Amino acid sequence: MNVPAGAAPYVEVENLRRVFDVSKPWLNRVIERAPRQSLKAVDGVGFTIARGETFALVGESGSGKSTVARMVVGLLEPSGGEVRITGVSMTDPKQAAARRRLRARIQMIFQDPYASMNPRWRVGRIVAEPIRAFDLIRGEAAIQARVGELLGLVGLHPDDRSKYPHAFSGGQRQRVAIARALASQAEFLVGDEPTSALDVSVQAQILNLMRDLQDRLGLTYLFISHNLAVVRHMATRIGVMYLGRVVEIGGGRELFLRPRHPYTRMLLDAVPDLGHIGRARVPVSGEIPNPIDPPPGCAFNPRCPLAAERCRREVPQLIDGVACHAVEEGRAGY
Amino acid sequence: MSASAGEAALPPPAAAPRSRLARFRDSDLWASFKRSKLAIGALAVTALLFTLAIAAPLISPQNPYDPAQLDLINSNLPPLWQAEGQAPFLWGTDDQGRDVLSAVFYGLRLSLIVGILGVLVSGALGIALGLVAGYVGGWLDTLIMRVADVQLTFPAILIALIVDGVAKAAFGGALDTNATIGLIVVSIGLSFWVQYARTVRSSVMVEKGKDYVQAARLIGLSSPVIMLRHVLPNVTGPVFVIATINLALAIITEATLSFLGTGLPETMPSLGTLIRTGNRFLFSGEWWIVAFPGLALAGLVLAINLLGDWLRDALNPKLQ
Amino acid sequence: MSDTVLSVRDLSVAFETRRGTLTAIDGVSFDIAKGEILGVVGESGAGKSVTGAAVIGLIDPPGRIAGGTITLRGERIDDLPPERMRRVRGRRIGMIFQDPLTSLDPLYRVGDQIVETIRTHTDLSQKAARARAIALLAEVGIPAPERRIDGYPHEFSGGMRQRVVIALALAAEPELIIADEPTTALDVSVQAQIITLLKRLCRDHGTAVMLVTHDMGVIAEAADRVAVMYSGRIAEIGPVADVVREPRHPYAAGLMGAIPTLTQSPGRLAQIPGSMPRLTAIPAGCAFHPRCPKVFSRCRVERPEPIPVGPSRVACHLFDAQENAA
Repeated sequence: MNVPAGAAPYVEVENLRRVFDVSKPWLNRVIERAPRQSLKAVDGVGFTIARGETFALVGESGSGKSTVARMVVGLLEPSGGEVRITGVSMTDPKQAAARRRLRARIQMIFQDPYASMNPRWRVGRIVAEPIRAFDLIRGEAAIQARVGELLGLVGLHPDDRSKYPHAFSGGQRQRVAIARALASQAEFLVGDEPTSALDVSVQAQILNLMRDLQDRLGLTYLFISHNLAVVRHMATRIGVMYLGRVVEIGGGRELFLRPRHPYTRMLLDAVPDLGHIGRARVPVSGEIPNPIDPPPGCAFNPRCPLAAERCRREVPQLIDGVACHAVEEGRAGY
Repeated sequence: MSASAGEAALPPPAAAPRSRLARFRDSDLWASFKRSKLAIGALAVTALLFTLAIAAPLISPQNPYDPAQLDLINSNLPPLWQAEGQAPFLWGTDDQGRDVLSAVFYGLRLSLIVGILGVLVSGALGIALGLVAGYVGGWLDTLIMRVADVQLTFPAILIALIVDGVAKAAFGGALDTNATIGLIVVSIGLSFWVQYARTVRSSVMVEKGKDYVQAARLIGLSSPVIMLRHVLPNVTGPVFVIATINLALAIITEATLSFLGTGLPETMPSLGTLIRTGNRFLFSGEWWIVAFPGLALAGLVLAINLLGDWLRDALNPKLQ
Repeated sequence: MSDTVLSVRDLSVAFETRRGTLTAIDGVSFDIAKGEILGVVGESGAGKSVTGAAVIGLIDPPGRIAGGTITLRGERIDDLPPERMRRVRGRRIGMIFQDPLTSLDPLYRVGDQIVETIRTHTDLSQKAARARAIALLAEVGIPAPERRIDGYPHEFSGGMRQRVVIALALAAEPELIIADEPTTALDVSVQAQIITLLKRLCRDHGTAVMLVTHDMGVIAEAADRVAVMYSGRIAEIGPVADVVREPRHPYAAGLMGAIPTLTQSPGRLAQIPGSMPRLTAIPAGCAFHPRCPKVFSRCRVERPEPIPVGPSRVACHLFDAQENAA
């Protein structure tokens, strides 16, 4: 395509920001003398994704990971910063034509397979909709052949096209959602918690399917999840988010073997895991602060065992893959 | 189930597709209908009255709109079972010699036509405005819904009277019967759109947040296409309930307008007009002129209302 | 077991629908001892929550207990009249649900709710009950309990609210606590806090806990024994280390292999084909047989009963066949 493989990254995200207005209605503000309130859901997030790799964003609720995903695919306007995919800006109005051509290449798989399809449409029509919308194939017979092929690709039967979504189990619906995403010949799939609503045995089927499809079709993934074990299983590189910022970014193996940011270490230590039978431990204290009113400085400082004066004043920058004053100053002890 | 080649994960095929009829007969709606004697009775009465209305020209002993068929000799005859009753006037006649039974059949027909058209107009208006308000949001939403709020502070009948009055003042007496029907339909449409708009708007706001709408946005569909193709078909359930209940309301509104004399003329009487004209004879003892149209109206409205109530309960899982 | 608190024998729960009777729980038996945490795990539709609801007598029509017995300290509770069951619930069985907001009345101060529970089930005075409520809140790790006791539920964060619910469940010193997905609505870092708390309280008070969850990681860390449910039946029940590390039942084995963990290296996950059957279409014989990699002819016709295998009990013909051969 327009970018030679191996040179520029497939996706570039730079200093991405998103502010939501969470003020009370105008009348309440006047009566209660309450000021406007805004929520910095995403605050200066940057990363790159190479062609054919799986980049995962992991974080707890309020971390802003899903907001990033929606801005990357263009469902949500960023308040600042930029997303470029194959060098094409997703926001620059001058590149609108190039962006339209790119549109079909970017698709999303949503968390809830019950809500992500029109319940009144048959599966064949659902899967064919992107083909028709982008006018990729002409002729009803050719479209139907392609739909059958796509359903086969995700492990469903081509005859399943004549059924409605409610006839399928959660896992089967997520297969349909993947078939729909691939229908427009997408090469970049953003999965927003694609297996969180599924049972574990079905989750394994979908994760395996996503890996198989990646191998077969050379797909690039942005994978959003709160589940560290799933992320470890899927991702080549991982960004850990906390309250709207990336606190640590690194290769999957290193990040899990040698977590550096205190939050990453806490998270890895906290997650209930099958490998930790009967583990007794001192759990981390505290909870995630309200994102409307985050602590000053490093947002993690109230829960951080390494917090110092500087952490309460100054927001740490991402340096060498970690945004932590303690690591920067060599106080982290690793 | 056969674990077929390559894909060990091939799931069992989902339930086979069935015809619409078969699916309806297996649905909860049908089961709930079969259980409810009231709903069955209401549907039977509604169906009977609809049939009478549709078949009115075929089954009526005379055409009450045709002055040539009226004979003053037959005026003010009591019902057939009374001493002075005369065939073929089963329910007696009025002061023009008009057969009350025929007048009720034709009046039923007119009331239903006006009611159904009124529901269609108010439904179309309300659905369109609710869809736009819910999907587009912002100032347009605020504008539409504030207008709705203001309108709700007036009784529907008042709105209908105002529209009717303004139009009559504008066109004077130049309106023929069909134009009068059209005017009443528009009055009713403008009086009842608010409920549709509010319901549709809130359903749209729920559906709009669902991921299938996001998925449609992702493939670059425009907002009008998404609204019509994806959102609208998924918000119709509550609309049907409102439409059923509003049909009864629309019929009553038409009857009220006609009763007040701003509705259909005496030459082409609806049930409301019949009640108004018959009212004059109540104290002189000719009770049948007003009683039978009144009973027909009450029966029709009650049956439709009961049907609407049942539909609302059956479609609302929280009440079950 | 001498110190058995809860004993469930051959429990069946059926739901009457217009399409016929659906059996949600079919012949489930287990015991929970004093101070023990039994994890009940399964995928959606396995019947784990219905089992919990049956024990606390909260099966609402059209559901009903269709067979079997539930005994609490040797006393049958499955056939108690509703009024007496309500007293058993709360006094002798505490409850913790997934969403703390369903257990806490948003209009009452949390302290009033705990005090009310204490006074309903004991004869403590108002003052003594309040002191006890403060002690309970302190015990579940609410900072400044003297002040927080007068707060309303919405003033607490999700994790703190779940702590309040635990305090409420403990208020009458019950012998048994039923915890249905107590950590599912919480963030990962808070889940660990709640698990640790639950384990400590259970040990300190000698309370038996039935921990119902879909999260195998939570079970692995919290439970002493685990029952793996499938299609309304227990597939395997045994000490948590045995079931997790050496699952015997093919479904349990598939389930463990399907869960990605932090410790294993990334690779293809083991996967079980298909999904759990709907209640309307539970296969004959062993309910798992259409998905089972080791299925043989007997599985299709005869339902396996749980038999002892090592320290566990496993409902699978594979092990019966082995015993017969030995």
